[in-house]
Amino acid sequence: MTTKNIILVGVGGQGTILTTKILSAGLVQLGYDVKMSEIHGMSQRGGTVTTQLRFGEKVYAPNIGKHEAEIIISFEKMEALRALPYLKKGGVIITDEREIFSMPVLTGEAEYPSDAIEVLEKVVGNVKTVKASEKAQELGNIKAQNICLLGALIKELKLEGIDWVELVKQNVPEKVRDINVAAFQAGYDMV
Amino acid sequence: MAEKVIMSGNEAIARGAYEAGVGFASAYPGTPSTEILENLSKYKSVHSQWANNEKVAVEMAAGAQIGGLRTLSAMKHVGLNVAADPMMTVAYEGVNGGMVIITADDPGMHSSQNEQDNRQYAQLGKLILIEPSDAQECKDYLKIAYELSERFDLVVLFRVTTRVCHSKSIVTLEEPVPTKVNKYEKNLDKYAMLPQNAIRRHVIVEESLKAVEEYANDCVLNRVEYNADKKVGIITSGISYQHAREVFGDTVSYLKLGLTNPMPSKLISEFCESVETVHVIEEGEPFIEKAVKILGYKCTGKDKITIQGELNAEIVRAALTDIPENEGYETHAKAVDRPPVLCAGCPHRGFFYAFTKFRDKLVPMGDIGCYALGVQTPFYAMDTGLCMGGGHSMTIGMAKALAAQGDTRKPIGFLGDSTFFHSGLTSMIDAIHCQANVIEVVLDNSITGMTGHQQNAGTEVSLMGEPVPKIDVVSMVMATGIDPDNVTVVDPQNLEEMEAALKKAIENDGTQVIITRSPCALIKSVIKARGSRKCVIDADKCKGCKACMKIACPSLAFKDKKAYIADPANCTGCGLCMQMCKFDAIEKVGE
Repeated sequence: MTTKNIILVGVGGQGTILTTKILSAGLVQLGYDVKMSEIHGMSQRGGTVTTQLRFGEKVYAPNIGKHEAEIIISFEKMEALRALPYLKKGGVIITDEREIFSMPVLTGEAEYPSDAIEVLEKVVGNVKTVKASEKAQELGNIKAQNICLLGALIKELKLEGIDWVELVKQNVPEKVRDINVAAFQAGYDMV
Repeated sequence: MAEKVIMSGNEAIARGAYEAGVGFASAYPGTPSTEILENLSKYKSVHSQWANNEKVAVEMAAGAQIGGLRTLSAMKHVGLNVAADPMMTVAYEGVNGGMVIITADDPGMHSSQNEQDNRQYAQLGKLILIEPSDAQECKDYLKIAYELSERFDLVVLFRVTTRVCHSKSIVTLEEPVPTKVNKYEKNLDKYAMLPQNAIRRHVIVEESLKAVEEYANDCVLNRVEYNADKKVGIITSGISYQHAREVFGDTVSYLKLGLTNPMPSKLISEFCESVETVHVIEEGEPFIEKAVKILGYKCTGKDKITIQGELNAEIVRAALTDIPENEGYETHAKAVDRPPVLCAGCPHRGFFYAFTKFRDKLVPMGDIGCYALGVQTPFYAMDTGLCMGGGHSMTIGMAKALAAQGDTRKPIGFLGDSTFFHSGLTSMIDAIHCQANVIEVVLDNSITGMTGHQQNAGTEVSLMGEPVPKIDVVSMVMATGIDPDNVTVVDPQNLEEMEAALKKAIENDGTQVIITRSPCALIKSVIKARGSRKCVIDADKCKGCKACMKIACPSLAFKDKKAYIADPANCTGCGLCMQMCKFDAIEKVGE
C-alpha cells in the first residue's frame, strides 16, 4: 500500500496528541510502520496544534508537506480552514463544528470566519461535519471530544481487526473511562 | 520476541541512556530537548537532575564522568552556547566514564530565537559527532556513543533536531546493562587543564580523532546503500536522510552518515568515485557539503537546498527532481491567526496590564519564557528579546544609551524565576553593583512554565520527586545588599498593588527591583486549591464598556454588546477582570 497521510489539527489543550497516540498504537498492532510528528513548546499556550501521522508498509519522513494529506481531522472549524493547504486533491476533511475564538477575535481586531465549513464544502466537496464536542458535553465531559473524533477517524479509515475500545480504555484515566468509551462509539457512528 | 513500542526520539534517547548503564544525567529544560530528562528520570537506576543552566549541567556531568560514571547532559541548541565553555575543555580532558552531550537543534525555529547548526561545535570543540535520523537510531546510536567515548577517550556530541526529538516511530527495546562505574583515580595530567597539561592533551586529542576517522570509514554508523542506479548518489545525515529516502526511494544510491566528526574521508571519496552525480542533502549549514568539496569532489548542496528553515520532502523534491507538485485546493477565505497566549489565570497578565499604564515612561526588555507572550496584542510590552538572562543585563546598557540621547524613559527588564536562576541572577548583581538606573523585575511563578512545568531551584521537589530546599528569590536579591526600599514584592493579580509598585520604581532613582509572586495557574496543587472557583458576569449589569477585555483573557469574550465568560472550563476565577469592571458586573463564585 502507499503511505497514508493524516493531519490532526486543533487548539492547545484539546487532546490532539492523545488521539494520535491511541491511533498510532492501534496502527502498530495492525502491523503498519508508523511515524508521527508533533510540535511542542509555545504552541501549547492556546495556539494552533498540528500533529501529523503517516502509516504504511515503510514510512521514511515523519512530516507531511503541502497537498500531501489524504485526511484532515480538525477539532475546531477555523483550524480546518487553516489546514486546507495540506489537503491533497480528492482528500477528505472531517471537522468538529466547535468554534474557539483566538485572541485577535476576542479583542475585536479580527472577525471569526463562521462560514468556514460552507467555504470548505464549496472548495473541497468532501467535508464531513461532526458534533463531537457537543456529544462529549452531553456525555458529561467536553474533554472527551478528542476520543469522539478518534471514533469518527477510525471509521473513515476503515481500520478494523483490533479492539479500539480496549485501546481507548488503556489510554484514558479510569474515572473518565466510561465517558470516553461512549464518546468513541458515538464518534464512530457519526460518519 | 523483543518488545516493540512507539517512542519519540527524546523517549528513545532516555531509553538508550538507561540501556547503556548511564549513572548520571543533567539538563536545563529547553524545547525540543526537555522530554529527554523527564523520561530519563523515570528510570530509577539513573540519577537525573535539572541544573540551573546548561553550563552547570555539563560541569556536573564532567565531574560525574571523571569520577567514573557514564553521563548524559541534554540541552537545546542555544543552551549549548551557555555550556560551550566547559564543553570545549572537557573535550581535551577526555573521559573516565563515557560522556555524551545532547544538542537538540531547532531548524525552522518552532520555539527558538535562532536556528544555529550545532554540528559546527563538534569541529570547533574536538568532539565526536553523532547524528541519528529516527527514534530507533536515537537509542542504538546513543549506546554506541558511550562505547566510542570510552574507547577513544573523547567526548561525544549527539546532535538531534526537532523532527527527530518530537517524531514518534517504532523502537525495539533491549535489556539494560548494569550501571557502569569505573574507579576514580587522580590524574592531574589529564584532568587539570593548566597550560602545560592542556598543551599535551591537545596532541593526544588530535591523535584520537585520527583514530576515530579510521573507525568512521568502516562502521555501522556510516553506511552505503547502493541501489541499481549508481548514476545519482546522495550523501546525507540525520532527519535529512528520511526526506531524501521519501523522495528518491530505491532509485538512487545513498551514503548515510551517522558519524560526521571526524568526517569519514575515505568512505566519502569511495562513494563519490562510484557515482556520476553527487547531491548533498542536509538541513542548515553546508557541513557535509564542505567536507565533500575539500576532498575535491563536485556536488550540489546549498546551491539547491536552502540554508534556512526546516527541510521536508517537498523541498527536496522541488530542488532536485522534475516531479510536479501534488494538486490541492485553494481558497481566499482566511483563518484568523491563533497565536499562543497567556493562559487564563496567568499571573503575568497583571504585570503586563499594569505596564500599559506606564508605557510612555518605560522601555520594556523581555527574556525567554512564557512572559515573552507579552510582546503581542494588546500589551505590546516587549521591545527586545535576546537570550536567557539577557533581559536584565541589557537594561544596563540601554540606560546609558537612552541617557546619551536625552530620552528620559527607564529601561525595565523582566524574566521569570527559572530564568533568574539560570543566568538572570548574575545580571541583577551587575545592575545593583553598577547602580544602573533601571527596573529589574522577576516574575516568580514558582515553576519553569513555558517548557511544561519543570522543577527549578525555587521548587520544593526535585526532578526525581525528592524533597529539596527551596531557594528564595527575594533572599537572593537582598543578599546583594540592595537598599530594601528599592525592592518591592507584590502580588501581580492585585492590580492596585502592581501599579503602585511600578509607579514607585519609575519615580525612585537607582536600581529598582520588583518581584511578583503568584504561582502558575496550571500547577497541579494550584488547580486543586482553587477547586471550582471561577468568575461569572451578570449580563444585566454589564454596560458593554469592554474594560475587562483589555486584559486579554482567553476565557473572556464579547458579543452583542456584552462581555461573557466564553470558556468557563478554563476560567480560574483569578479576579483580574473583576478589578477592571467599574459596574460590579463580575463576581467570583465557588470559593
